[in-house]
Amino acid sequence: MNLDFSQIVPSIPFILKGIGATLQFVSVSIIVGLVLGTILALMKITNKKWLKWPADIYTSIFRGTPLILQLIIIHFGIPQLFEYDIPVFMSAVLAFGLNSAAYVSEIIRAGIMAVDKGQIEAAEALGIGYRPMMFNIILPQAWKNILPAMMNEFITLTKESALVSTIGYMDIMRRAEIVGAQIYRNLEPLLFAGLIYWVMIFILTNIGSWVERRMRQSD
Amino acid sequence: MINIENLTKKFGDNVVLSNISTTINKGEVVAIIGPSGSGKSTFLRCINLLEQPSNGHIWINGEEITHPKANKMEIRKAIGMVFQHFHLFPHLTVLENVSYAPVKVKHLKKDFAEKIAKEYLTRVGLMDKMDAYPNRLSGGQKQRVAIARALAMDPEIMLFDEPTSALDPEMVKEVLDVMKDLAQTGMTMVVVTHEMNFAKEVADRIIFMDDGRLVEEGNPNNFFTTPQSNRAKEFLEKVL
Repeated sequence: MNLDFSQIVPSIPFILKGIGATLQFVSVSIIVGLVLGTILALMKITNKKWLKWPADIYTSIFRGTPLILQLIIIHFGIPQLFEYDIPVFMSAVLAFGLNSAAYVSEIIRAGIMAVDKGQIEAAEALGIGYRPMMFNIILPQAWKNILPAMMNEFITLTKESALVSTIGYMDIMRRAEIVGAQIYRNLEPLLFAGLIYWVMIFILTNIGSWVERRMRQSD
Repeated sequence: MINIENLTKKFGDNVVLSNISTTINKGEVVAIIGPSGSGKSTFLRCINLLEQPSNGHIWINGEEITHPKANKMEIRKAIGMVFQHFHLFPHLTVLENVSYAPVKVKHLKKDFAEKIAKEYLTRVGLMDKMDAYPNRLSGGQKQRVAIARALAMDPEIMLFDEPTSALDPEMVKEVLDVMKDLAQTGMTMVVVTHEMNFAKEVADRIIFMDDGRLVEEGNPNNFFTTPQSNRAKEFLEKVL
């Protein structure tokens, strides 16, 4: 069997550096997605149409088109439109953050909707205003429905992050490709990259199930 | 205290309440009875605007709450409500459930609100459950906490929406006893109920509803012995 990992050994530190690069932009994207997604979710659950519509249209666009297309349009479209030479990191964060926000907003919206409607009525009957009702009564309960799905979204985002190699961001995937080109062997560095992704996702999945178990205990 | 004039509520084309007019006086205990689907709960929910009336007017203490510019939040502060399914806040302890609204809505100091909350918990006999979470309570205990929660806002009117319908039979009495006590303190109460004995014993007046209409009202003695309308006669034959 023609498989030789010895040649990639000198390049291992180079590929491993990609972990930091990947985690860096994934974590910033998650934060962008969380903040924007929460705002979008709150817009969706109001009964004010002028708030609901933009949020629905936003979600429809970002869920209805391929992520790789969004990434490439942002990275090559912005320089053309605004004559601004956008750094790859920013393109990556924008595409993944904006895309994730659409999914996150749906997760939060569904989590809020799953809270018993009687809770809102009880709060209203006590004269509790919208803000304290949302933040003290509804969201703390919605959190239990939201968190498991949110962990899933983080895992997906981490995996899909490999797409940024297409615009030249030096993540794990891109580095593995570069090493492959240097040593004229592509399979070995890609298998190594696959191992790194698997370990990262394995850890995240375990954190996810731990969180879920904790949530269930508190019921 | 509560004046209701031609109250009508429609859900789309479905008329749930039609042209209900009545007056509820201060300190009066009114029991609303009638078959299910007759609009009793909707009627009750219109009084604190959990349902927005489609037509008609409601005044509380001379102030029209159905006025488009009326402040719902202010109105609700003076009206306590107890639900069939309790709707306690599951993530808050019993004490927090009762003291939350006084702090947030009335801006009372936390320790003062807790002092009031403890007084009401003592009144409903649940002082010892103060630090428990609602899921550790029986149905009857939950409902008593819900009553304490509403009372802690010091309301002028208390609305009860089938407060004992979701309870196991052996827990009905403890809740009705708390309500009887409350009635004796002179609280204005509007109670939607299927407990005919409670209505007979505690209510000053019965309102009988059927098919979204106020069919008959009167004092319990007359109503239960000599109902005027055929619908009330039929209903009482079935339930008594």
